[in-house]
This record gives sequence, C-alpha cells and structure tokens, in this order.
Amino acid sequence: MSGTPSTDPRAAAPGATPPPPKRRGTELALLGFALFITLVAQAIVDLTITGSLRPDMLTFGGWITALWVVAHLVVRKFAPYADPLLLPAVALLVGLGLAVIHRLDLAAEQVDSTVTREDAPVQLMWATVGVLLFVAVLVVLRDHRLLSRFAYTLALIGLVLLALPAVLPSSISEVNGAKIWIRLAGFSIQPGEFAKICLIVFFAAYLVDKRDVLALASRRVAGIELPRGRDLGPVLVAWALSILVLVFERDLGSSLLLFGIFVVMLYVATERASWLLIGLGLFAGGALLAYQIFGHVQARVDTWLDPFAYRDGAGYQLVQSLFGLGTGGLFGAGLGGGRPDQVPVAKSDFIAAAIGEELGLFGLVAVIIVYLVLVERGLRTSLIVRDAFGKLLAAGLSFALAWQVFVVLGGVTGLLPLTGLTTPFLAYGGSSLVANFALVAILVRISDAARRPAPPVTPPRTALGDAPTEVVQS
Amino acid sequence: MTAEIVLQIFRFGFLLLLWLFIFAAFRVVRADLFGGRAGRVASVPPRAAAGGRKKNRGPKTLVVTAGPLSGTKITLGEQPILIGRADDSTLVLTDDFASSRHARLTNRSGQWYVEDLGSTNGTYLDQQRVQGPLLVAPGQPIRIGQTALELRS
Repeated sequence: MSGTPSTDPRAAAPGATPPPPKRRGTELALLGFALFITLVAQAIVDLTITGSLRPDMLTFGGWITALWVVAHLVVRKFAPYADPLLLPAVALLVGLGLAVIHRLDLAAEQVDSTVTREDAPVQLMWATVGVLLFVAVLVVLRDHRLLSRFAYTLALIGLVLLALPAVLPSSISEVNGAKIWIRLAGFSIQPGEFAKICLIVFFAAYLVDKRDVLALASRRVAGIELPRGRDLGPVLVAWALSILVLVFERDLGSSLLLFGIFVVMLYVATERASWLLIGLGLFAGGALLAYQIFGHVQARVDTWLDPFAYRDGAGYQLVQSLFGLGTGGLFGAGLGGGRPDQVPVAKSDFIAAAIGEELGLFGLVAVIIVYLVLVERGLRTSLIVRDAFGKLLAAGLSFALAWQVFVVLGGVTGLLPLTGLTTPFLAYGGSSLVANFALVAILVRISDAARRPAPPVTPPRTALGDAPTEVVQS
Repeated sequence: MTAEIVLQIFRFGFLLLLWLFIFAAFRVVRADLFGGRAGRVASVPPRAAAGGRKKNRGPKTLVVTAGPLSGTKITLGEQPILIGRADDSTLVLTDDFASSRHARLTNRSGQWYVEDLGSTNGTYLDQQRVQGPLLVAPGQPIRIGQTALELRS
C-alpha cells in the first residue's frame, strides 16, 4: 500500500481500499489439516487393533474428503467472508469422533467376533446429512436477519418439537428412561436438539424487541437493580418450560441447557448482572424442588456425590469413566491401546471418557481447546456483527455449544451430576450431529455478515438548514 | 501386531498433530486479533503484524483535551472514528461550532489520518486547516470548534 493518502474521501472510506481478505485459503489449509488428522486417526486405530488398514479406507477417505470439499466450496460461494476457523474446527471434531466410534466398533467385534458393529458408517451417514443441511442453510438463508421474521413461528415449532416426545406413547419415545425420542421405521431422532436452535432464534428476536424495557425499567432493592415484576414474565416462562421438560421427559440435560441459554441471552441483551442472580436463584429453587420430587434426579445427584458407593449399580458408568481417565493419564494409551469399551455407552454419552483414556489429558485438553476456538469464533462474530439480532443469535448459539461441552465434560469427569446431553460433533448420535451442523451453518452465515466490508457510507441527507457548506476541490 | 516402538510413535505423534492443529488455529486467531477487526487484516499482512513492533507503539487512545467533553477517552481500534454532532458518530460533540458530520479519523497500517467531511467551520491540525487527509502524530492537537483532541499512545 502506498504511503500517500488519496484526497478522495471515498477512497479513505473503510473497506474501499484494500479489499478485505476473505481468508478462504486459510480455511482450506486448516480443513486439509483436519482431514489429514482424521485419516491418520483412522489409520492408527486400524493398525493398532487389527495390524492392517481396513479395506474400505479409500472409500472412507474419499467420502469424508468430498464432504469437506463440498462444504468449503459452498462457503466460498455463498458466505465468502465467513470466519475461516469454524468449519475446520468442526471437521476436526467430527473426524476425531468418527475415529473413536470406529475404534469402539472394533472393540465390540473383538469381544464377540460374531457381531459386526457398524456405528461408524452410520455416523458418517449422519455427518453427510449434516453437511447437506449445512449447505442447505447457507444456500437458503442468505441473510440471518430473515430468521427474526419467523421468530414466533420458530418458537411454535420449537415448542412442538420439544413437547412431542412427552405426548407420544412411551413405546415410541422412551429410551433408557428418557422420553426424548421419536422412533419411526428404524430411525430414532431427538427432536429436542432441533428445538434448541428454534428457541435460541426466538429468544434472540424476542430480546432484541424487549431489551430496552428489560434493561431500563427497574427498582433498586438492597443495592441490586431488580427488574419489574411484569418483566420477569419471560424468564419465568422459560423456567417453567424447562421444569416441564424435566417432569414429562425426565431429561435433566435439555432442561438445564434451555434455562442456561435463556438466562445468559437475557444477560447479554440487557448487560445486567441481576438477571444472572435471578437465574441462579430460580435454578437453585428448581434444582432443590426437582431433587425432592423426582427419584431420577435424586439418583443422579447421589451417584455424583459418591460414585464409588454405587459402583455396581447406578454409578458403574461414571466409575468406569473415571478409571478410564485415570488409566489414560497424561498422554493416554494411544488410539486403540486402551479399553474404552469398558464404559457403558462410551460412543454417545461418554465419548469424552474414551478420548481421555486413549489420548490422555493432553488429548482431551486439545479437544476442549478446539471447542474453545469454535466458541471464541462464535462470540467474536457476535462482537463484530452490526445488527443486534445477529449479535444475540451468535452469542446464544455459541453459548449453547459451550454450555453443552461444559455440562457433558463436567458429567463425565464427575464435576457435575450426569445429564443426558451429547458432546457436540464428537458423540455418536444423528440428531445431535445434524442439529449442530445447522447451528454452525447459522454461525457461518452471521460471521459472513460480520466480516463483510461495510457498504460504502453514504451520509444521510441532512435538512437544508443543518447541511454543511460543500467545498468543491479542484 | 505392530511393534511397540511404532505404537509409541503413533501415541505421541498423534498428540503432536492435534496440538499442531491448535497452534495453526491460534495463528489465525492471532492474525485476526492484531490485525484488529476481522475484515481489516489485509493492510497489515499477518507476518508484519507479528514481527513489526511499530504497530504496537502506535497511538492507542483519542483524548479530548479541551471543550465540553474534555477528559473523554476513546480507545482506538481499527475502525474509523466519526466525529460530529450526529447521534451515530463515534464521538458525539455538543459543540455549536461543529457540523453534524464533521471529521473522520481513519487508521491505515497503524497510522491515523484526519479528514474533514466538509464541515462548516473546518478542522485544524495544529494551526493548519485540514483539506485532504493528513497524518496525525501522537500529541498533535486536532481542533474542531471549541473542542481539541489528541492521539496518545
């Protein structure tokens, strides 16, 4: 860039010169790196356990490469200014998840050579569906602000999705005591995962509408700014909703997730810490109530406080997970070198324990940092995007990811009571994977809007009396 | 079965790969952060942003030294700073001698240029009336009506 500034004010306008970078090359390079790690992980698993590469390695490699290439090309075409880190981080997590699930497939086959477990190919199919949805969202949704127009429709859809499993008969909707499924013709989906996104969109649109009244009208009680009683309505509704989910679906995780998201979005919208206090108070009340009324909540809390007292029953899973993490130590047993299959349902709820055992503390921390990068990019998008709706939506979606990771990892490591949430992108489970792809697609869309150069500033016409004298320069 | 040494290479090699990925990701994050706002990285190539310390020594705040807003500080980022009476200005002046869109400060490669946006009473850098964009050195007073501003590191 030359040092002499142009005298044309338009040229000095931001974004006019130089053209802002799109950073698609960076994204492609990192995506390639993530893909390389994915393939290496698969190869290590196969070589360690069976001693040879599996025959369909080429098909697998080609398939997953095609997935990310398609995703990248679509981003390049439809969201050219999108954040370059979102997609590679997702690619790495999905790839690592596939490797660990494949590894657990092999473990199951080793224990009983008559069975062939095909969970990894199924997960790959779901990843394909996820990428297709990612593409669809980017192609259809050209401007994230369009979503705010359908806020109330989405809220309705969200509520229906959330309530559906509770209404359906248990034979269709209940798996392992949680009524959160719809099982139809061999497929089982968790509609709650999609409800989450719909409700975040609604919260964002609602709060943009109402944030002034929520932030400004208040009374000061004992040094804390308290909102008016009537403004408490929405937060009370969200609270009641999450309690209802807990009662009818026995789903501790979704209940916690929804309530957490709403309180944090309220806080982001109003910048008032009192909402956090109110949220914490309501949460404490709700938790206490739930503990006293529901047996399954009590059982969860008891096993959390002392898992080893229940090691043969309810605490078995957690105890095995803790042993696995302990065996893994700092550097882990190496992919394929541990016994992560000792943990019941290691593929879905406890995949973090499997990673901790085979990759050790260093591996697990690396995974957490990849999540951190994902969330950081989301929050940064929220900071730099220009419209209030986009800000709240990006903050809500990123927080939802962070909150899930925190609650799941807290559960696996014994920091928090176990909930039924899934580790985004890593864990085996179609609904969670597909829904999270949609979530990231929305984040990519918002980040594209955020990083896109501002349209040339055309000063609004001022009233004639207020207008400055124009100086014509030759 | 594969030899023990190969397993160890797998074990640590894979962890190394994971961390290299994180390192690469953080390099991108850093380029974004020190290039300021996400869209503005091009004017400073990442390597220059990392290596050249010149940028870090550039002005960091805009301080109002005289006038009704005296004492106000604005932290400088990468975005241009609009000064005027209009509500959407970065620095909203309540100065009868200022126009609604009076002047703009723009960052170019870590240096700030002041530019008059066709104000009625003009913008002065030191004693000189600002016509085209002028480079502002830290400590150099910019005068707009009764208000005086300067950049500080």
